[in-house]
Amino acid sequence: MKSLAELAAIRDKMKDKVVLREGSSQIRVVVGMATCGIAAGARPVLSAFVEGINNAGLSANVTVTQTGCIGICQYEPVVEIYEADKEKVTYVKMTPEKAAEVIERHLKGGKVVEEYIIK
Amino acid sequence: MKELSLNILDIAENSVKAKATEINIEICETADSLSFSISDNGKGMPPDFLKQVTNPFTTTRTTRPVGLGIPLLKLAAEQTGGSFEITSRHFKDFPETHGTTTSASFFKNHIDSVPLGNIVETVVTLIQCNPDIELVFVHKTDEKTVSLDTKELRAVLKDVPLNSIEVILWIKEYLNEQYSQ
Repeated sequence: MKSLAELAAIRDKMKDKVVLREGSSQIRVVVGMATCGIAAGARPVLSAFVEGINNAGLSANVTVTQTGCIGICQYEPVVEIYEADKEKVTYVKMTPEKAAEVIERHLKGGKVVEEYIIK
Repeated sequence: MKELSLNILDIAENSVKAKATEINIEICETADSLSFSISDNGKGMPPDFLKQVTNPFTTTRTTRPVGLGIPLLKLAAEQTGGSFEITSRHFKDFPETHGTTTSASFFKNHIDSVPLGNIVETVVTLIQCNPDIELVFVHKTDEKTVSLDTKELRAVLKDVPLNSIEVILWIKEYLNEQYSQ
C-alpha cells in the first residue's frame, strides 16, 4: 500500500536531483491539450511520453507539459519539441506508438523523425 | 469524446485557463447514475458570457471561433436523460469568491451513456501539466471513496515538484491501489 511515508522517501532521494536539474540542458515536450487535442487522443500520447521518457532514462533533462489549441485541430494530437538553439519540431497525428518512436529516435538519438512532422 | 474522464479533463483545462489555483473534481456514482462537478477558484465568467457558454459559437480560443468542450459535455449528459449546469462568479463582481462550477449527471443504463473511462489518467495528466495547482479529487461509489488532495502531498514533498516522474508514478499507483482494494 502506498503511504505518505514513501513519498517522504522520494522527497529525500530527489533533493540532490532538483539542484542538478536546474543546471542541465532542457528539452521540452509540449502536448496540445485543448478540446480538439483531448478528443483526438492527446491524453494517452502525453502519458506515453511521460512514461517512455522515464524508461529511457531521459527524465533528468526532458520535461513534458501542455499547451492549448495551436490552430491545426485537424492534425491533433500535436506534439511540439523545443530544444535550446534548435528550431521547434512539430509532430502531428500522434499516437502512443509514434511517441515511443520519437523518444527513441529524436529525444535519445537526436534525429528528427521526418515522417511524423509538419513543416 | 469516448470517455467521460476526457470531458472532465477538458473542463478542468478551462479552470487552468481561468488561472485557478485550486480545482475540485468530485464524482458520485450509484448503480445507475453518475454525476460529477468540477469547481475552481479561477477568474470566473461575466454574466453575458455565461449565458452564451453552451453555444458552440462561444469560445475563449483565439485560433478559431468555435468552442465545443462545454456543448459536447451538455449533449453527453442530456442524451442519457441527465442534466448539465454551469454557474460562475466573475472576479469583477466577486473579488473574494470568484470561480466556476460545472456539473453534469448521467444515467448509466441509457444506451447513449459513455463510460467514465480512465479517470486516473485524467488526474495524473492534470498534475503532470499543472504541478502548482492544488487539486482535490474525490470519487464516491456505493462501495468506497477514492480520494487525492495535492495539498497533503505538497506538505510532504516541500520543494520537490509534483510533476517529478517519481512523484507522478507514485500518484498513479496510489490511486490505482485505492480503486483495486
